[in-house]
Amino acid sequence: MNWHSASEFFDMGGYGLYVWGAYAVTAVLMLAEPWFVARRRERAAAQAIEASEPQDNDS
Amino acid sequence: MTARAPTAPPTSPSPLRFFTFAAPSRFYALAGTLVPWLWAVSIVLSIVGLYIGFFVAPTDAQQGESYRIIFIHVPAAWMSMVIYMAMAFWAAIGWAFNARMASMLSHALAPTGALFTFIALWTGAFWGKPAWGTWWVWDARLTSELILLFLYVGYIALTEAIDDVRRADKAGALLAIIGAVNVPIIYFSVRWWNTLHQGATISMTAAPKMAHTMLTAMLIMTFAFWAYAFAVVFMRARAIVLERESHTDWVRELISRKERHA
Repeated sequence: MNWHSASEFFDMGGYGLYVWGAYAVTAVLMLAEPWFVARRRERAAAQAIEASEPQDNDS
Repeated sequence: MTARAPTAPPTSPSPLRFFTFAAPSRFYALAGTLVPWLWAVSIVLSIVGLYIGFFVAPTDAQQGESYRIIFIHVPAAWMSMVIYMAMAFWAAIGWAFNARMASMLSHALAPTGALFTFIALWTGAFWGKPAWGTWWVWDARLTSELILLFLYVGYIALTEAIDDVRRADKAGALLAIIGAVNVPIIYFSVRWWNTLHQGATISMTAAPKMAHTMLTAMLIMTFAFWAYAFAVVFMRARAIVLERESHTDWVRELISRKERHA
């Protein structure tokens, strides 16, 4: 085990800013991308449903 | 709009089994089945890789703890290059054989490739500051990776700017194929020019220069990023299929089937 306490873990031997700055941005981006893509697919499905419905404008 | 067969759209009646999944309807179904499994693999591998990376791999003798950025930096940089080659490959196939699904895959790959390129540059800056004393230098490796980001952004902007999708596919394919020359330049830049950036992390001819727990963590994270890339690209490809094929019979049938079950 490398760390003896949580604060030691977050400090990263004095490199906390760099290590967590790199990891935090990566994590945020890799969580955001699938979320946006899932929304895009839902929107496309909704549009396909709209397009397949008979043409009436009171909905 | 003639035949009403959901499995074989009239526009691509391919008798070859090899091309079965070239039909957007087949691809849509297959990718939909694979996506949850790919997410599961990606999440499990990420947890294992990060655990080994932070709790098993020892402190680096020279760089202290700052080296732990390697577990995301190197996999992201690899993915940025691999995804570009895949994007150029599918763009070329889509252009040469007039294959719609190949072009759609190419479009689906671009944003994820750009994301990994940005992550490689960002984590590189956060590693460069403690290791070299600077966030950025205009050396061959860093500059060619930045050009890769511009190529992705240029490909996305170009294809989005052209309204006719098949024309957009062809213009994008041309840019992607020409830009592919940059990928070997990135890879070999550390050998061809004097650079601050260290040499290749993994070499096919030499024994690894790092502790094997470090190497294990990095490779597991690489597989996690691969699974992530497949999952998110398949999701985006399915969205693109729906966007482009909303007028077809098979999408209409798929939608009505879903509505009945809902």
